[in-house]
Amino acid sequence: MALDSKIPQGPLADKWTNHKNEINLVNPANKRLIDVIVVGTGLAGGSAAATLAELGYNVKAFCFQDSPRRAHSIAAQGGINAAKNYQGDGDSTYRLFYDTVKGGDYRSREANVYRLAEVSANIIDQCVAQGVPFARDYGGLLDNRSFGGVLVSRTFYAKGQTGQQLLLGAYSAMNRQIGRGKIKMYNRHEMLDVVKVNGKARGIITRNLVTGEIERHSAHAVVLGTGGYGNVFYLSTNAMGSNVTAAWKAHKRGAYFANPCYTQIHPTCIPVSGDHQSKLTLMSESLRNDGRIWVPAKKEDAIAIREGRKKPTELTEEERDYYLERRYPAFGNLVPRDVASRAAKERCDAGFGVNKTGEAVYLDFASAIERYGKEEAYVKGLNADDKALVTELGAAVVKNKYGNLFQMYEKIVDQNPYKTPMMIYPAVHYTMGGLWVDYNLQTNVEGLYAIGEANFSDHGANRLGASALMQGLADGYFVLPYTIGDYLSHDIRTGPIPTDSPEFEEAEQNVRKQVDALINNNGTKAVDYFHKKLGKIMWNKCGMSRNATDLRSAIDEISALRDEFYKEVRVPGTQNEFNEELAKALRVADFLELGELFAKDALTRNESAGGHFREESVEEGGAQAGEAKRDDENFTFVSAWEYTGVPKDAILHKEQLEFENIELKQRSYK
Amino acid sequence: MKLTLKIWRQKNASAKGEMVTYPIDGIDGDMSFLEMMDVLNDELINKGEEPVVFDHDCREGICGSCSMFINGEAHGPDRLVTTCQLHMRKFKDGETITIEPFRAAGFPVVKDLMVDRSSFDRIQHAGGFISINTSGNTVDANATPIEKENADDAFAAATCIGCGACVASCKNSSAMLFVGAKVSQFALLPQGEVEATNRVLNMVKQMDEEGFGNCTNTGACEVECPKGISLENIARMNREYLAASLKG
Repeated sequence: MALDSKIPQGPLADKWTNHKNEINLVNPANKRLIDVIVVGTGLAGGSAAATLAELGYNVKAFCFQDSPRRAHSIAAQGGINAAKNYQGDGDSTYRLFYDTVKGGDYRSREANVYRLAEVSANIIDQCVAQGVPFARDYGGLLDNRSFGGVLVSRTFYAKGQTGQQLLLGAYSAMNRQIGRGKIKMYNRHEMLDVVKVNGKARGIITRNLVTGEIERHSAHAVVLGTGGYGNVFYLSTNAMGSNVTAAWKAHKRGAYFANPCYTQIHPTCIPVSGDHQSKLTLMSESLRNDGRIWVPAKKEDAIAIREGRKKPTELTEEERDYYLERRYPAFGNLVPRDVASRAAKERCDAGFGVNKTGEAVYLDFASAIERYGKEEAYVKGLNADDKALVTELGAAVVKNKYGNLFQMYEKIVDQNPYKTPMMIYPAVHYTMGGLWVDYNLQTNVEGLYAIGEANFSDHGANRLGASALMQGLADGYFVLPYTIGDYLSHDIRTGPIPTDSPEFEEAEQNVRKQVDALINNNGTKAVDYFHKKLGKIMWNKCGMSRNATDLRSAIDEISALRDEFYKEVRVPGTQNEFNEELAKALRVADFLELGELFAKDALTRNESAGGHFREESVEEGGAQAGEAKRDDENFTFVSAWEYTGVPKDAILHKEQLEFENIELKQRSYK
Repeated sequence: MKLTLKIWRQKNASAKGEMVTYPIDGIDGDMSFLEMMDVLNDELINKGEEPVVFDHDCREGICGSCSMFINGEAHGPDRLVTTCQLHMRKFKDGETITIEPFRAAGFPVVKDLMVDRSSFDRIQHAGGFISINTSGNTVDANATPIEKENADDAFAAATCIGCGACVASCKNSSAMLFVGAKVSQFALLPQGEVEATNRVLNMVKQMDEEGFGNCTNTGACEVECPKGISLENIARMNREYLAASLKG
């Protein structure tokens, strides 16, 4: 099947407007006759469900949590971008578009990214109107800050809890529609299959996580806003329940899975402390606005610190290597995430790591505290030479900006980050790959849509900070509700979709078989045993640095691990009750397939792009020596994989990426 | 660390529950409380027993899922943290730890330590929102300046994670800190003013219908709240409610 991206004709800046003018609409009276299923209630799914209901469609929304308010979007910290140019520092739709395409290493789709930049300003207006309490300055106007990879301040924020506030905004919009009866909400439900009737997505099969009941739900269209699959690595910044199941089941029903190997490694996370760890905690990238990243300049100092013989505060400025400022003077500590992550790994691999395991670098606020403290002292007419006073004043400013993050760090690490530099290390964060979608956000299965992190289209090989919240809300509030109308306009006479058709029967039996098999397996090993093993393979062989030999062995190892899983997994309890081990087993079964496709995709892509450093593809000489080398001649395409049974036999379809408005160049942040 | 855990086990909402004692060893101070529970569950599964069910998800203290009542306190002995951010270094070797679900009429037990908090959602359905069309045709966000202090107070109220610790730690199982926080967030912003009267009346009515008790100013909720939501929000809700009742 040929991939048709359906990108509208015409100049880039007019595409979205023209498209909206030309697509079919559904008459308001007819929207009442149409049902839409939305799976996932984070920023993308929640905003989509609320808006579709607002428009008049009958929405059924599903989430595995006990309330939509707990979707993992709630944990996003730093902020959301919008090209509002409130700061007058030269921002524009084009610049946001340009930064995003460049930041994504020229592996995203121009038209989608431009539209994202275009609607970004609307998001802020919309959220403020909903009562989202963004940070304000003393004049009462919205405040902004800057994020990695850009030279303007376009990030809107609510302390370090921006995701929480935006999600609660979408949740409150949903609540209004639930109260009106326009959204029927199914909490603690997990989607376990997509039902296709005559080639169109017409429903889903779910499992009620409390009662174990397998249910059929029909609709005229199905929207997946189910997030990313970073938990394939076991340790990641994702919530424990985040999984790939919905997207993977859609893939098995024919939807192409695009760029599975694109994972963002976030540079500023709390390092792994031991084998007991269940997940990793992110420290917002916004900290790099004020924090300076360094490691000891001399290896013996690094060793002394690791062994507890020296403290970081004992090292003078000259004894420290501020490696980002040294290597990337133009962007310094604000280089994009992939560059910052790789640089940290490089320093730690070279033996300069600062924690027990040697896998941590410092993020230091001492200079920021001093700088802010002096400013405050001047403003208040106090003695700016009084060191203790300056530190106190400066710490208060830092606390106001990042207080909750500092508190979180202190609780986890048991060290006071106001007094001693934070230790950080890169960790798996956001996945840029996902279901392939066209410009309308429809997958190649008719009537099946994917939005937010669940699709692939906007971020390329890397995601800049504060752009995930932007995409989730753009898709949910402003893009999907328009584009889905074009498809649904053909369904006004269809009537309700019956759930007693052979297709629903087949899908339900398919789910029942899988559940029965796992429950009755009587193996010897817990689900986590397999998940942890998979995570180790993924991190060691498909992580920040990859090579063909390791990727080939990863494919074999994952395949063998999957066989072992089906022989040896033990799921206690029964299926007709709340059974978390069963829910986990169903998810890990899908991760064990996705992981294999991930490795295969990475193997095919013999170039370094974004955070994916391919050891065979490095810049040799000149100013960029040692940096990742992209290969535009051979890899300016999206990999869209077709399921054929075993992931390693998946068929590759290529969507060539056309760059008509931006010249492809080597990314340089020097 | 070697510990003795006394945990509430209850098969489902209608079954009778009981405290069961589990010894556990090899616990490290750097583990979070939930990671300690993971270790226990791993042992139980390997023995062929059923693991202890508890709600958890983000493990970063923000989703509000975790809800354990530890040694008589919601989210345990540490202040301003959720259970997932409570670390085992707060406990001593040899200690006995009692772990129960949040107990309140408005929070029926689902299984073991997991409770049903959908009553909080229903209170929100009754009025926890601003009625605006999600169309993108709203006025420019800077068209209505908001005093920084009000924006900050609204934000502070809005940081409530809906975990229910306030209810669990209140002798009356009152949900007024939660509802007060929601009412306050919107009452402090100009966008929320138009519907303020109906909002507070509807939300308070729903709160009562869900079986939550009244506030008697004991203040346990504020002490146990992992997000430091202040009692001031209850006072503000009461003022809003009184004003709305007089109007109505």
